[in-house]
Amino acid sequence: MDFFKENLPYIMAGISVGGQYALIAIGYTMVYGILRLINFAHGEIFMASGFMMVYLSAVLPWYIAIPTVIVSTVLLGFIVERVAYKPLRTAPRMSIMISAIGISYLIQNVAWYVTSGLAKQYPVIPWISNTVTIGNSTTKMVTLATPFLTLFLVSVLVVLIKYTKIGMAMRAVSRDFETSQLMGIKINSVISATFIIGSFLAAVGSVLYFSNYTTVTPISGAMPGLKAFVAAVFGGIGSIPGAVLGAFIIGISENIIKGLGWTAFSDAFTFALLIIILVAKPTGLFGEKSTDKV
Amino acid sequence: MKKIIVFFTILVMVLAMFSGCSTQKAESNVITIGVFEPSSGDNGAGGKQEVLGIEYAHSKVNTVEIDGKTYTIKLEIVDNESSTDKAPTAAQTLVSAKSSVVLGSYGSGVSIAASDVFKNANIPVIGVSCTNPQVTEGNTHYFRVCYLDPFQGTVLANFAVDQYGAKTAYILTKMGDDYSVGLGKYFKQAFEELGGTVIEETFQEGNSDFTAFLANAVKSEAGVIFAPTSTEAASLIIGQASSQGITIPLLAGDTWDSSVILDAASGSNLSVAVSTFFDEGDNSTSGAEFVSGFKAWLNSDNTKLANNGGNDIVAAVSALGYDAYMVAIEAIKAAGSADSVKINESLWNINYLGVTGNIAFDQTGDAIRDVAYIKSVNTSEKAWQFEAIQSIK
Repeated sequence: MDFFKENLPYIMAGISVGGQYALIAIGYTMVYGILRLINFAHGEIFMASGFMMVYLSAVLPWYIAIPTVIVSTVLLGFIVERVAYKPLRTAPRMSIMISAIGISYLIQNVAWYVTSGLAKQYPVIPWISNTVTIGNSTTKMVTLATPFLTLFLVSVLVVLIKYTKIGMAMRAVSRDFETSQLMGIKINSVISATFIIGSFLAAVGSVLYFSNYTTVTPISGAMPGLKAFVAAVFGGIGSIPGAVLGAFIIGISENIIKGLGWTAFSDAFTFALLIIILVAKPTGLFGEKSTDKV
Repeated sequence: MKKIIVFFTILVMVLAMFSGCSTQKAESNVITIGVFEPSSGDNGAGGKQEVLGIEYAHSKVNTVEIDGKTYTIKLEIVDNESSTDKAPTAAQTLVSAKSSVVLGSYGSGVSIAASDVFKNANIPVIGVSCTNPQVTEGNTHYFRVCYLDPFQGTVLANFAVDQYGAKTAYILTKMGDDYSVGLGKYFKQAFEELGGTVIEETFQEGNSDFTAFLANAVKSEAGVIFAPTSTEAASLIIGQASSQGITIPLLAGDTWDSSVILDAASGSNLSVAVSTFFDEGDNSTSGAEFVSGFKAWLNSDNTKLANNGGNDIVAAVSALGYDAYMVAIEAIKAAGSADSVKINESLWNINYLGVTGNIAFDQTGDAIRDVAYIKSVNTSEKAWQFEAIQSIK
């Protein structure tokens, strides 16, 4: 009990950051499931969403700014897919991967240009930025709200995939790209839907993440993006529950490592964990065998 | 058809390459002063403020008279992007532009990285706010107008003991950052000599989650948190410290003397103090004149105001930039030539009364300084308030 009490701040921070990684990781894992593409631009979409909020909240009240940011992020994700990935659908997989890397650097450099490389302060959003005291540690409301919101959104997503027509189409496409096309599934709208869902979750994740870590820079997306990608691979890429579980494990263990005083090794630990899991179980925790692979 | 398009694209690219290279021929009555500063990256905000000080000085004095001939001073400003691997390229640009003397930089890492480029071109450099000893050590071309980290670290350790009565200090530095690690080390030495204990932790590039570090500081029952970091990390640390309800005072070096810190700390219950080179409330004649003149100059132009962080608060680095430029002018006058080797020689004998105090260089090329100003953040009014003039015991 004493251990728990003493380490409560680390555990809370871990669960919260884990939830934020999870929201990003779903975007990676869904796109991979359908296109077999690692969407390297996903971290940058997350970052761009942060900047949109910074600039929009300067002119709009927060309750209008947040929906606008979410809609514009979704639009950005949709445009990226249409411009950079769709024309390459029949090209070798390596080409589309390089295109993803290109888009990622393009978005990053546009952000450098717009902000001239200076960090921007994320706006304060009422309620979730309030401080709360639990036991003997103080934190922001967003830390507590994140895991619940994450789990809620994931459940909605799972229901969507299991019980709706578009969800069924997604499952079919992820199982067999060509056959589902022959069966009359509109492949392009399914892929667009995937990017829209992924970007939507990244936008929500960015609101939560930047409310907690209130500075947005053009490279803000890189580390969370990488960690979320690790989480997706860790959980078995292509599997949604796997990505969520992986994200929580990585978020929590990274913070506990810091709490133990090994601060310099927290990132090294994350990647070491990935290597160990992949050596022991190459498909990740829930890879391949899982039925609702998307 | 496609081949023709490809051919033309390549042609255009090649032409673009050459057009970029067409160097301006040095006119005989122009002296170029290079400005080697970051305007993007981690130290972009501070670098821009330093450049403002230099530009203001340039607006005041832009000609030099040598042997009855009037020379116009031209500023050549490059962005070293706060990055040690981009710095040598930026320095090379200044060498190609035939700079007679170079000013900069904000941040010690980039200064150290570019030092050899200037050395090989025989160009003297006047460091503005690079406080790491290695910048001027073991060379004869690098000077600086600010104080050094061993001095700054000792001053801050003294302040932590005098002001906060701290027995334990928690030091948070950024791994691989010469400035941060160096200042942390000197603070530690001084603090331990004063009988305190130190807990040290480091964070990595790109880290944005400081909650665990701050929780560690609380757990260690530290009397002060010493975090000599870039302003970018600083605003994250301050934001998270405030949401975690940290009551331990935060202390940092000269980089935190920026409006970024004011923005981040305003409205919180934190206690934040920094050491700095110059205080806006300085009421010596030269200081007061500089403050009022600089403010008027900033307010006359919106871009300048934006580069200063959107307000007209005078940052210490702007004052230092002003002094560095004036020292360069003095050196050019003393050398009686635009020749960089002669300017380098004359710099050793400079004795100039600047707005940040008297400037003369010792045998390593460092300005001789004996006091530092300590300022703290008034969180309710979002302004700096003067704390103390701290010297070393």
